[in-house]
Amino acid sequence: MKSITVVGASLAGLYAAQALRQQGFDGELTIIGDELRRPYDRPPLSKDFLIGKIDTDVLSLEAADEDLYARWLLGSPAVSLDTASRAVVLADGTRVASDGIVLATGARARKLPGSAAMAGVHVLRTIDDALALRTELLPGARLVVIGAGFIGGEVAATAKKLGLDVTIVEAMATPLAGPLGAMMGTAVCGLHSANGVALRCGVGVRRLTGSDRVESVELVDGTVLPADVVVVGIGAIPNTEWLTGSGVALGNGVECDHQGRTNVPGIIAVGDCAAWHDFRLGRAHRVEHWTGAMERPAIAVAALLRGGGHGENHEEDRHACIPYFWSDQHGVRIQFAGHAAEADSVTIEDGSPENFCFLAVYRRGETPVAVLGMNQSRAFGRWRRQLRAVHSATLQSLPPVLER
Amino acid sequence: MIRICPLSALPPGEALRVHAAQDAEPHPPIAVFHTEEGEIFAVDDTCTHQDASLADGWLEGCEIECPLHESKFNLRTGQVDSPPAKLPIRTHTVHIEDDHICVEMSDAQPNLPPGVKFGVES
Repeated sequence: MKSITVVGASLAGLYAAQALRQQGFDGELTIIGDELRRPYDRPPLSKDFLIGKIDTDVLSLEAADEDLYARWLLGSPAVSLDTASRAVVLADGTRVASDGIVLATGARARKLPGSAAMAGVHVLRTIDDALALRTELLPGARLVVIGAGFIGGEVAATAKKLGLDVTIVEAMATPLAGPLGAMMGTAVCGLHSANGVALRCGVGVRRLTGSDRVESVELVDGTVLPADVVVVGIGAIPNTEWLTGSGVALGNGVECDHQGRTNVPGIIAVGDCAAWHDFRLGRAHRVEHWTGAMERPAIAVAALLRGGGHGENHEEDRHACIPYFWSDQHGVRIQFAGHAAEADSVTIEDGSPENFCFLAVYRRGETPVAVLGMNQSRAFGRWRRQLRAVHSATLQSLPPVLER
Repeated sequence: MIRICPLSALPPGEALRVHAAQDAEPHPPIAVFHTEEGEIFAVDDTCTHQDASLADGWLEGCEIECPLHESKFNLRTGQVDSPPAKLPIRTHTVHIEDDHICVEMSDAQPNLPPGVKFGVES
């Protein structure tokens, strides 16, 4: 391959570009990004950056002396892909043709319908989102966070520390039941009430009231929560619309094999926009974890440089990455690895949920399938390694797990 | 020079986080490692990428993996062996005196992660 274009200039895009160079690609490299900024790290946006402890300069994902010898096309999103000529077309009309393409366009925050024109309503995904939100997080202001997921939880914790009056509204009866299971979801969310954040679960949002600026959040049970600021944290949508009609297979994200290869030879996908084949589920599955966006590009890039089409080498290199994510809330470090949905039991192995310092192991029969730690980094790291070993060993023999 | 502990108190494969206040100067915590191969190393305890204690990490050979995002550092040189960290960790000189681990603190500027000052939240 003489030329490769990476579409997307965040974590997965940058790490794909780095992997290309590290794996010996010395051809023409183009990196396309819709934001004008160079690649930056997003996890701090809801924590240290939002609270004002750090600024944009330290969010850079590139080292100071790093040079990928790439052509950077920033500030204009990709709007279409011509697979026949392998050309990416940008909104400003630029057309970039190359031999290989890495799709890394990420995901965007899901918005609440009808809230677009209302001041005081925020999502959090980009530096600009965080800058806009941070000017409004003033002591004494009333903040309503919609969604008790990790973004919502982190924003709530940060805002509480800044002296706001914070309420979280969650449509599901048990917050975080999806990623952590009901029991541990309840345990982790207990952090909020212990730190003075109000939590309203099992009730949806009917509408936001206000004209130019938001005034309140009205719930489906009729409750009206007065609000000066609202943060909507209800998930993300993969940025794949631009690929519609291109011939690249799309489902919930770009559908790929277990090495990130799409159905079109020479095109791979990584990061939040990509749904890699998951052998445990027996289908493509999109994950939005930061660690996946960091680890997977090297695997996909190796497959791209090796050549070959979709479906080849299916039995080799079933990589043993297990899902991992972390969150820092109210001064507590939360870490999770594995597949909670596979578990039929959860036991506290150490510590106690009451003081938010514990390690919980999820098992399916006798086999550990996931681990959760709150302020238990050392033990968590050891369990995570053990899980990885179990995962590798069982991947070959286990039939796909039926989803619940 | 800081006297850490008797050599026997830190078995091979183990790590120790030490709050080393020196001359009443505020100081980032350091981590002391005893590798399986029997070497002792001392480095700044905080990962240069994000606030996490390297003493809680995974020790393999003379390489330490951060327990949060798996950055790897060479304990001998402090260099980053694996991202996301971009900057090396500061290393300190270790002496064994009277069967005690003693650490001579480096004069170099520490590479602490963004938002962290002397290992304490600013």
